[in-house]
Amino acid sequence: MDIQDHNATARWEALGSRDARSRGTAMEHISQEVMRRVESIGPIPATVPSPLATAGHSTSDLNDILARLLMMSKRCPFDDVRERCVWLLQNVQDLGVRIPRTLGNGPSRFIPEKEILQVSKVDPRTQSIFEDAFAALGRLDNISLVMGFHPQYLESFLRTQHYLLQMDGPLSLHYRHYIGIMAAARHQCSYLVNLHVNDFLQVGGDSKWLNGLDGAPQKLQALGELNKILAHRPWLLTKAHIEHLLKAEEHSWSLAELIHAVVLLTHYHSLASFTFGCGITPEIHSNGGHTFRPPSLSQYCVCDIANGNGHGHLEERRGNHQVSEVSGEVEVLMERMKQLQECRDEEEASQEEMATRFEREKTESMLVATAEDEECVPSRDVSRHFEDPSYGYKDFSRRGEHVPTFRVQDYSWEDHGYSLVNRLYPDVGQLLDEKFQMAYNLTYNTMAMHKDVDTTMLRRAIWNYIHCMFGIRYDDYDYGEINQLLDRSFKVYIKTMVCSPEKTTKRMYESFWRQFQHSEKVHVNLLLMEARMQAELLYALRAITRYMT
Amino acid sequence: MEKMSRVTTALGSSAISGRTMFCHLDAPANAISVCRDATQVVVAGRNIFKIYGLEEEQFVEKLNLRVGRKPSLNFSCADVMWHQMEENLLATAATNGAVVTWNLGKPSRNKQDQLFTEHKRTVNKVCFHPTEVYMLLSGSQDGYMKCFDLRKKESVSTFSGQSESVRDVQFSMKDYFTFAASFENGNVQLWDIRRPDRYERMFTAHTGPVFCCDWHPDDRGWLATGGRDKMVKVWDMTTNRAKEIYCVQTIASVARVKWRPERKWHLATCSMMVDHNIYVWDVRRPFIPFATFEEHKDVTTGIVWRHQHDPYFLLSGSKDSTLYQHMFKDASRPVDRANPEGLCFGLFGDLAFAAKESLISGDSNRKPYPGGDRRYPIFFFKKPDLTEQFAHVSSALSVFESSLESRHMDWFVKTARLYLLGGKPFAELCDHNAKVAKELNRPQVSTTWTMLRLMFSDPANLSTPGPNNISKLGNLPLMNSFSMKEMGTESRLDRSKGESRQDNIHLEPGNSLINSNNDENEETEGSEGQAEYMFGDAELDDDDLYSMEHEIQAVEEQEYTLPQEAFPLRHEIMDNPSVPEHLQQDKADSPHASGNEAEVMCLTPIESLSLIAISQPLFSPHLPAHFFCPVVREMLSHYAEQGDVQMAVSVLIVLGDRIRKEIDDLTQEHWYMSYIDLLQRFELWNVSNEVIKLSTCSAITCLNQTSTTLHVNCSNCKRPMSNRGWICDRCHQCASVCAVCHHVVKGLFVWCQGCSHGGHLEHVMNWLKSNSHCPAGCGHLCEYT
Repeated sequence: MDIQDHNATARWEALGSRDARSRGTAMEHISQEVMRRVESIGPIPATVPSPLATAGHSTSDLNDILARLLMMSKRCPFDDVRERCVWLLQNVQDLGVRIPRTLGNGPSRFIPEKEILQVSKVDPRTQSIFEDAFAALGRLDNISLVMGFHPQYLESFLRTQHYLLQMDGPLSLHYRHYIGIMAAARHQCSYLVNLHVNDFLQVGGDSKWLNGLDGAPQKLQALGELNKILAHRPWLLTKAHIEHLLKAEEHSWSLAELIHAVVLLTHYHSLASFTFGCGITPEIHSNGGHTFRPPSLSQYCVCDIANGNGHGHLEERRGNHQVSEVSGEVEVLMERMKQLQECRDEEEASQEEMATRFEREKTESMLVATAEDEECVPSRDVSRHFEDPSYGYKDFSRRGEHVPTFRVQDYSWEDHGYSLVNRLYPDVGQLLDEKFQMAYNLTYNTMAMHKDVDTTMLRRAIWNYIHCMFGIRYDDYDYGEINQLLDRSFKVYIKTMVCSPEKTTKRMYESFWRQFQHSEKVHVNLLLMEARMQAELLYALRAITRYMT
Repeated sequence: MEKMSRVTTALGSSAISGRTMFCHLDAPANAISVCRDATQVVVAGRNIFKIYGLEEEQFVEKLNLRVGRKPSLNFSCADVMWHQMEENLLATAATNGAVVTWNLGKPSRNKQDQLFTEHKRTVNKVCFHPTEVYMLLSGSQDGYMKCFDLRKKESVSTFSGQSESVRDVQFSMKDYFTFAASFENGNVQLWDIRRPDRYERMFTAHTGPVFCCDWHPDDRGWLATGGRDKMVKVWDMTTNRAKEIYCVQTIASVARVKWRPERKWHLATCSMMVDHNIYVWDVRRPFIPFATFEEHKDVTTGIVWRHQHDPYFLLSGSKDSTLYQHMFKDASRPVDRANPEGLCFGLFGDLAFAAKESLISGDSNRKPYPGGDRRYPIFFFKKPDLTEQFAHVSSALSVFESSLESRHMDWFVKTARLYLLGGKPFAELCDHNAKVAKELNRPQVSTTWTMLRLMFSDPANLSTPGPNNISKLGNLPLMNSFSMKEMGTESRLDRSKGESRQDNIHLEPGNSLINSNNDENEETEGSEGQAEYMFGDAELDDDDLYSMEHEIQAVEEQEYTLPQEAFPLRHEIMDNPSVPEHLQQDKADSPHASGNEAEVMCLTPIESLSLIAISQPLFSPHLPAHFFCPVVREMLSHYAEQGDVQMAVSVLIVLGDRIRKEIDDLTQEHWYMSYIDLLQRFELWNVSNEVIKLSTCSAITCLNQTSTTLHVNCSNCKRPMSNRGWICDRCHQCASVCAVCHHVVKGLFVWCQGCSHGGHLEHVMNWLKSNSHCPAGCGHLCEYT
C-alpha cells in the first residue's frame, strides 16, 4: 500500500516535470489508474441509489483523483497536461461517473476570473515562474495566481517561500509546515491551514499533532505564546519570552531554530492577511473548491454564503452605481500628492507638531473601526491549532498601559534585523531583504488610468501607516501626509486586513479606491503584507537581540 | 596645510595621559566626537547630547546641550562632529532630517546655532571640512548630500547620488576638494565639492550597504570602507580604477571604521549587531585582530581616536550607555591566545605542518626543501617596530611528500577503475574482481573474492570455474600500497613581519634545519623492531598505520633513499596471518559454525603455499548461502576497519541482497560515504557515481539527486537561459549549437572556457587533432584539459 501510494505521488509529481515525455508517461499511468478504478466501481453507478454508501472507500478515492484532475486541467502550466486532463474527465463522465466541477469563480472571490491571468495565456517569463513553482510544489496555488499580476514580486516571493520550506534550515520539514499551520490558524485562515495540513502529512508529519496543539511536542506548544503575541500585539514581546523558549531544558529551542520559526510565523501571519485581503478561494482539489453536485442545485458557492457575500451581484450593481459619484477620486488623490510635494519645501511643521501628528495618527488608527459584526465560519475547525482564541489585536496605544514607541532609527531592518537573521539563518536575510525592497519599490508609474505618476509618496504613506498601527515610528516622516493620502474606507480596509484579516469582506475590498485596477489593489495587498511582516519581524528580532546582549 | 602643522605643534606640547576608564551615560549613545585638543568629548544619541571633559582619572560632565522642556526631535542625533579647527563649533545630524550646528561660545543656555531642514529623511552623517571653518557636509537617507556654508542660511550645493541612501560622507584629508560618500546599495562615490552635477567616479565596494568609510590620515589615496557584508576593505584611489588592496573579514557587519593615527596599517572597527567588541586590525594580517577592547556590554556605536597624533587612546560610546576610554596597553591581544600550529593533508598524502619555531628544536640533520620557500612567499616587509608588534610568531613549515615513483594509492585508483560492480552474473563479477586484485598483487583480496563466489553462487553454477581459478599465493607479492617514500621536504615559513628577510638564512647549510617530529622520530627509530612486532600482533588498523608511516618516514628522510625494509616485513606479517586468525576467532566464537570453518580450513593445501584456498569438490553443496553471512559480515567489518573501505563497499554492492540485511543501515551508509569521499578525492567521478547508483541506501542514492541544476547562458544573446530546452526564449535561436557541425548538441557538450565555443565532444576532439584554434573561427587558441 505504501509503495502504491508512493508511486502515485511520484506520478503526480512527474506531471510537473519540464520534460514533455515524462509528463506524457505520468499522464498515461494516471489515466490507466483512473480507468481501473472507474471499472472497479462497477457498472454505471447512477443505477445505484447512493453510490457513496455502497462503493464507499474506493469512490472517495476516485473522487479525490478526479478532483485533482480537475485542478490540473485548470492550473497546470503545461498545455499538454491540461488538455489530457480535460479529455480524461470527459471520458470518465461519458462512462457515467459523476465528475466534479469548480466552485466559485477563479482564484479570488474579489477579483473576477477574467481579470486574473489565465495559466494558458501568460508571457514567457511568468510562464517559467509558474513552471518552476509547479515543479517545486506539484501545484500552482491560488495565491501565486493572484500574485501573478506582479511577476517580479512573485518570483522573489516563491524563492523565499521555497527556501523557508524546502531548503536547508535548522528546522525539520514537518516542523516547518506545522508552524505554518499554527500561524495561519491564528488568523483562522482555513485556506492556508488546509494547504499545509496536506504538506505536513506528505512530509511524514504525525497526524496526531493535527488534533490540536496539545497533540504536538512540548517544544511546539511553547511556541504558541510567541505565535499569539506576534500575530496580534507584537509590541508586547520582551526578551523574557525569548528566554522562556531558549531555556526550557529538553524542550528548548536553539537560536537558529527560533529565527527560522519566527520568520515562518511572520511569513504566514502576513500571508494570511494577503489571503483574506484578496479573497483567495480554496484550492480546486481541496474541500470547498469543487463539488460533485450538478450545477442546478445551488447558485452560490459555499464560502460566499459563509462570508455573507451571497448578494454579490446585488452589491456589484450598487458598486457600479456609486462609481459615478466618486469618479474624481483618483484625480483628487493625485492633486494632493502634488501639493504635498510642492508645499513640503515651503512650510515646515514644528517638531512638536510632527510628534503630535504621529500620536494623532496612532490614536486615530484605533478609532478606525474594523468590521464589527461579520461572523466568520471557518470550514475546518482551525481553532484547535492554537490556544486562547479570545486573544486578538488590541490597539497599540490604549489608555492605561503605555508601551514606548518603537523608533526605526534605533532598530531598522536594513541595519540590524538583516544582520541578525543572516547570521543565524544564512541567506534568508538576503532573500527577505530582496522581497521587502521588491514590494516597497515596485511601481509601474501608473495610477488607475493615469500614466507616469510617481507613486513613491503613496507607497511610503501606506507602509508607514501600517507600521504606525504597530507603534513603529519613523522620525523623518510627517504623519500628516497619511491623512491627506489615505481616505477612511482605505484605512478601514488596511486596518482590518492587518489586524484581523479574517473579517475582511468583499464590500471592504470594493469600497476603497474604486477606480483603481485590480492589479493595483493586489499591489496594495502586497505592500500591506510585507509591511506587516517587517513590523512583526522587527519586534521579534529586537527581543532576540535584547536577549543576546 | 599651514594650519595643520600649527595644530600639530600645538598639540605636541601637551602630552596626554590617562588610564582605561568609563562613565555611565543616561542613555544609549549613537556617536561621539572629540575636540581638537583632545580634552573634551561630545556624546550624542536619541536622548543624550552632552560634553564630557577628559581628565586624568575620570570623565567629568561639562555641559548638557539638551535643553528646553520639550525636547524636540532635533536633539535626536544620529551623528555628531566636533570641528577640528574651531573648538566652539559642533554639528549634529538629527534622525528627523535636520542638520544642526551648535556654538559653544554662545552665552545663553541654548547653544543651538543654525538649523537646516533641507533633507527629507534621516541624516546619517555630518562632516566638517578638515581645514575650512565654514564648510559642512551632510549625507541623508533621501539619497542627497548637501554642502552648507555656515555663514549662509541654506545649503550652497546639493549632490545627488542617483541611488539609494547615503550612509557616510568623508572629506579627504589631503585633497582639498574631494569627498567620498558611501551608499546603501554598496557603492562608493567620489565627488569634487565644486562640481555638484556629477560624481567624479563610482565603484561598487560591498554587497549590501556600505555603512562607513574613512580616508587614511597620511596616505593620500587610501580609503577604508566597511559594510554589512562583514568586510573592511582598503582601496587605493590613486590608480584609474579603485583597487582593493586589503580586505579584512570580520564576524559581524561593520558600523564604523577609523584609521589609527601614526600607524600606517592599523584601523579600528566596531560592529552594528551582535558583536560588542572593538577591534584594531593590521590590514596586512586580516585573519586575527591586532588588539581587542572587550569592555562594552552592548554594541559599540561610536569610536574615535582621542588625539589625531596619538595612537594609544581610543574613546568609544555604546548602546549600553557607557563612554569608555581605552588604553592601548590594556587591550587584549588575541594573537597571544591563538594557536599557531597547523596541520594539513594534501591530496596525494603530502603532509604540511607548521609550528612555532620555538617549539621545534634547532638541530636537525635534514636538507632544506629544495625549492626554498618559493611556494610560500613572505608577505610582510615592514621594518620591525619593537614597541608595537604582533607577537613574533615565526613558524616553521614542513612539508612531507610521498615519493613520486610509488604513488601509494595507485592500487586504490586502479582497483576502483577496474572493478566491476554490476551488470553481469554474480559469479563473473567475483571472478573478474578477483583477477583484478590478483593483478594488482593483492592476493588476500583476490582470495576473498574467490571465496565469496564459492559461498554465494548456486551450486549448479559452480561447475564452470575450475579449481585453477583459485589464486596462487605462492610468491606472496608485497602489497605496495603504503610503501611511499619521503622526498625530504621541509621549508620554513617565516611569518613574522619583523624578520622579513631572514628567510635567506635557512638556505644556508649551517642553519638549523628544523625537524618537527625529531624527538619523536628518534624514539620510533630506536624501537623499530618493537613497532613491527606490534603491528603484526595487534593488527593495527590502517589509519594508525598510515599516520605512523608518515612519522617514520620523516625519520628516514635522508639524502639517499633508504630501502624501506620495514614495510615489506610489516605487510607480510599483517597480511598473512590475519585471515586465519580471523577465521579461528570465528570458530571460537561460534561453535556452530566451526564445523564448516574447519572444513574450509582443511581444504587449504592444493597447489599453493597460501594458508587459505578452496577447492570445489570438498565444498558441501547443501549449505545455504546465508549460512556464511555472519562470516562475510565480519570479513567486511574487518576490511572496513583496516581502512580498505573499498573492499567493503565493493563486496556489499556485488553481493547485494545476499548480505544487505545482515549489516545495519548506518554502518552501510558510513562505508558508502567514506568510499565515495575517497573516490571523489581521487577525482574518480564516474566510479563514484556508479557506486552511488548501485548503492541500496536511500541516503546515498539521493546524493545523485542533489545540485543537479546547471545554469547556462544562451550562446547568442549571452543572457541566462530561463527555460530549459534547446531554444533561447529571448533571441529564439538554438542555444547550444556545435561549432563544428552546427547542429544542436544534445548530450555531452564540451566548450572552451576561454571563448565559450564548443560542441559535441567527439567533434571537438577530432577538430583539435588537426587544429589548435577555435572551430567557431573566433581566433581563440582553445585550451581543453
